[in-house]
Amino acid sequence: MELPWLSMLAFLPLAGAILIVLARLAFSAGGGDTAARWIALVATLATAALSIHVASLVDLDRPDFQLVERVPWFAGLEYHVGIDGISLPLVLLTTLLMPLCILASWRSIDRQVSLYMALFLVLETLIIGVFIALDLFLFYVFFEGGLIPMFIIIGIWGGARRVYAAFKFFLYTLLGSVLMLVAMVAMALDAGTTDITALMDHGFAPALQTWLWLAFFASFAVKMPMWPVHTWLPDAHVEAPTAGSVILAAVLLKLGGYGFIRFSLPMFPDASELFAPLVFALSVIAIVYASLVAFRQTDVKKLIAYSSVAHMGFVTMGLFAGNEQGVQGAMFQMVSHGIISAALFLCVGVVYDRMHTREIAAYGGLVHRMPVYATVFLLFTMANIGLPGTSGFVGEFLTMLGAFEANAWVAVGAALGVILSAMYGLTLYRRMVFGEVTNPAVSGMGDLSVREVTVFLPLVVAAIVLGIYPSLVLDVTAPAVAAVVERVAGFGS
Amino acid sequence: MNPEISAEMVVASLRLMAPETFLAVYALFLAVLGAFVGDRGARALSTLTALVLVVAAVGSVIYAPLERTEAFNGAIVVDPLTAWAKGGLLLLAAFAVQMASVVFARDGSARFEYPLLVTLAALGMCIMIGANDLITMYLGIELNALAAYVLAAFRRDDSRSSEAGLKYFVLSAISSGLLLYGASLVYGFTGAVRFADIAAAADPDNVGLIFGLVFVLCGLAFKISAAPFHMWAPDVYEGAPAPVTAFFATASKIAGVILMARILMEPFGDLHDRWVQVISVIAGVSMIVGSLGALVQTNLRRLMAYSSIANIGYVLMALAAGSQLGVQAALLYLALYLPVTLAMFAGILALRRQGEDLERIGDLSGLARNHPFMATCFTMLLFSLAGVPPLVGFFGKLAAFQATLDAGLVVLAIVGALATVVSAAYYLRIIKVMWFDEPVARMEPAGPTLAVTLAAGTVLSFPVLVVLLGPLETAVRAMSALYGP
Repeated sequence: MELPWLSMLAFLPLAGAILIVLARLAFSAGGGDTAARWIALVATLATAALSIHVASLVDLDRPDFQLVERVPWFAGLEYHVGIDGISLPLVLLTTLLMPLCILASWRSIDRQVSLYMALFLVLETLIIGVFIALDLFLFYVFFEGGLIPMFIIIGIWGGARRVYAAFKFFLYTLLGSVLMLVAMVAMALDAGTTDITALMDHGFAPALQTWLWLAFFASFAVKMPMWPVHTWLPDAHVEAPTAGSVILAAVLLKLGGYGFIRFSLPMFPDASELFAPLVFALSVIAIVYASLVAFRQTDVKKLIAYSSVAHMGFVTMGLFAGNEQGVQGAMFQMVSHGIISAALFLCVGVVYDRMHTREIAAYGGLVHRMPVYATVFLLFTMANIGLPGTSGFVGEFLTMLGAFEANAWVAVGAALGVILSAMYGLTLYRRMVFGEVTNPAVSGMGDLSVREVTVFLPLVVAAIVLGIYPSLVLDVTAPAVAAVVERVAGFGS
Repeated sequence: MNPEISAEMVVASLRLMAPETFLAVYALFLAVLGAFVGDRGARALSTLTALVLVVAAVGSVIYAPLERTEAFNGAIVVDPLTAWAKGGLLLLAAFAVQMASVVFARDGSARFEYPLLVTLAALGMCIMIGANDLITMYLGIELNALAAYVLAAFRRDDSRSSEAGLKYFVLSAISSGLLLYGASLVYGFTGAVRFADIAAAADPDNVGLIFGLVFVLCGLAFKISAAPFHMWAPDVYEGAPAPVTAFFATASKIAGVILMARILMEPFGDLHDRWVQVISVIAGVSMIVGSLGALVQTNLRRLMAYSSIANIGYVLMALAAGSQLGVQAALLYLALYLPVTLAMFAGILALRRQGEDLERIGDLSGLARNHPFMATCFTMLLFSLAGVPPLVGFFGKLAAFQATLDAGLVVLAIVGALATVVSAAYYLRIIKVMWFDEPVARMEPAGPTLAVTLAAGTVLSFPVLVVLLGPLETAVRAMSALYGP
């Protein structure tokens, strides 16, 4: 009998979370903390290993869903999961980043450790669930469920304005999502099924598509986040603990893009074509505006958060170009941004753990004290700018290529953003790393520890390898993306 | 039609209404017994009553006829739906008695009248659920209400409790008047009191009948605290003794909603396009008032009152569909929502510090640090009330949205969706206080009854899914099948 690999993958972290709770009950507070850290690390590593095994089971040449599990649930809903070339890279991104997040919070989280680790594992289950769900409402359950652990993580371990940020994060995303829920119910009633694969073939009436598209857009645009509903992101990022920021930027932001490519494009092709100019406009505004805002930030986490908004603009632009380069580029950009933004937030976390400030002005001259750190930070700054040879370049290049075919002016606007990203990226790097040591606290700082190097090493390798050999991702996504593009039939061109 | 009254018919009817008969006899027995035993035996009588209520609940379900059966020449109807509903509400009443016995024993105000009054109120609710004509309906409502007034004012030394009782009485009397006036209009324009006869005589263009219908609906809306007839709820929830509030917030809702569903679907089923506006407006306003009103509350029980107003809004939204799907969604919603509410009240009752009950949201500050178990339970319950998946509250809302959209009430569904976000804000506020704020002194440990209720409700707020939700959904579907396709 075939094992339910995907369910095992999705629920393994949850099992870890339960184990942590049990350990917390069994040990006194101190012992529970250490146990929680180790259980979380082992659980995430096991999940990562399992995800690699799952990847090996997937036939990469097929565009359809594989390893499908289907069990009736209730009220016509089904527990229906499967994986294809679009979800596989995102699942891998999640599972491989999680152990790094746990390591990154090893020492910096020092209160209520069990709760923190358990919530992270629950979050991992929910995120994997989103990517593998093939039932409309199962998708929603996972999609929304992630709000609960994220709310508590930001609220307890965040910075000074953490409560405000947690509320903003929760309510913004919930507002978008409930409208999507209404649309989902309408879809299920119209098509008589909640099966995502069947819904793709249903062919909704164009008038209905318009409304459904808008409702889904409300949800995914907030998650993405697109201008002008991006304002929750800087607050949430700045106030979240380092690992929270990493998961937020690297994985949770991808839920929006995943939603567009899984629902909006294939299910509402007519509406997608109708609204493509709107998305292009918002994307270009996001790219240019967010880059300019990033340039003016004095808080390094805020700067990176705005840079995320700009980079997500490339994703939406590529997706709604509706051609193969655009969508492939968007997929690649999502993976690449997952790696780069994760690394950048971890870079901030390293110095934050030492200095406990996020003010750019408080740093300066780090290169004298932390040469290894300076090198790593340089690499990821360059990758973020989109230097050829790093993964950042490939995504931006492909999405712009796609957008150019759809509408040349859009690509021109986006290219402006590339210049701006160099502007804020290099300025940030100059102010933090170069120059003389002005702050006496900096002179006492040590370079990266072994644990920190362990965290960064896989990310460095990934950013460079994917930059040089992007086919690693593109070949995986190609068949599934081709199927999506076929449904859209290249409307933009 | 001249109803025949014979001894056989009465015996057969009484047998069909075994739970009600049993409770009525028990209530009389309890009144006599209580007079002899007095308040010293209150605790024992409470336990006995809880047991009796559980027995009646189980009996109601076990002896349920498989199809619709009428008793007393059609004055009362018994079918799987009424049987299960009675079972559910009697069980909730048993919890209310048991919780109250713990709470009253704590502050030494135990009285033997309490179990008696709850029994009578529950009996009234059973009759409401089974009512098949206007007279039985009114009888049930009044039997329930008269007991409820006294329950609300049960702490007679406490001015707030007396105020709650008086307020409840005055406003409820007005609503009963409305209801009775409506019922008389309906009778006047159709010449019938039996629901089936009203349905046969109902003419959609008869303005007098519509008037009567609207009055009846307003009266019923008051009983389930739907806006704009909700004014009494916050004061009564706050002022009445907490176990009584728990009883009002759970058991009464079952009776009210089932009666509402029956009135809408049976006598006035063909007038759906007339009443759909009324119910839609009541539903929409309830959701909005409930969500916005709760935002500014600082008292936990007032907040729960607004929360129940909002939740009744969702139930009515499902009923507005006027279809089997709608009834089904309303029942599923109740079945998922009520255990959560009961557990919420158990939690609130369990919170005590230095012999004082906690009332304000701020009193929960930092609960997670001192009492992680309780805080986790509360958090799950609150997220469930907010309708966040994967907790069960979400599935109730989902069913309600399905029914509403199926009936084409898109605007109502969108209002409901937006109200969800607003209501999430105040549930989150409580969660914030528990998890993010600095802890204050520890609470007294909760007794086993309350802790178990809280934990059980929390477990039920997880979709203990596949195992429970599936059969529940099937059962609800079968029950609502009585209301046509």
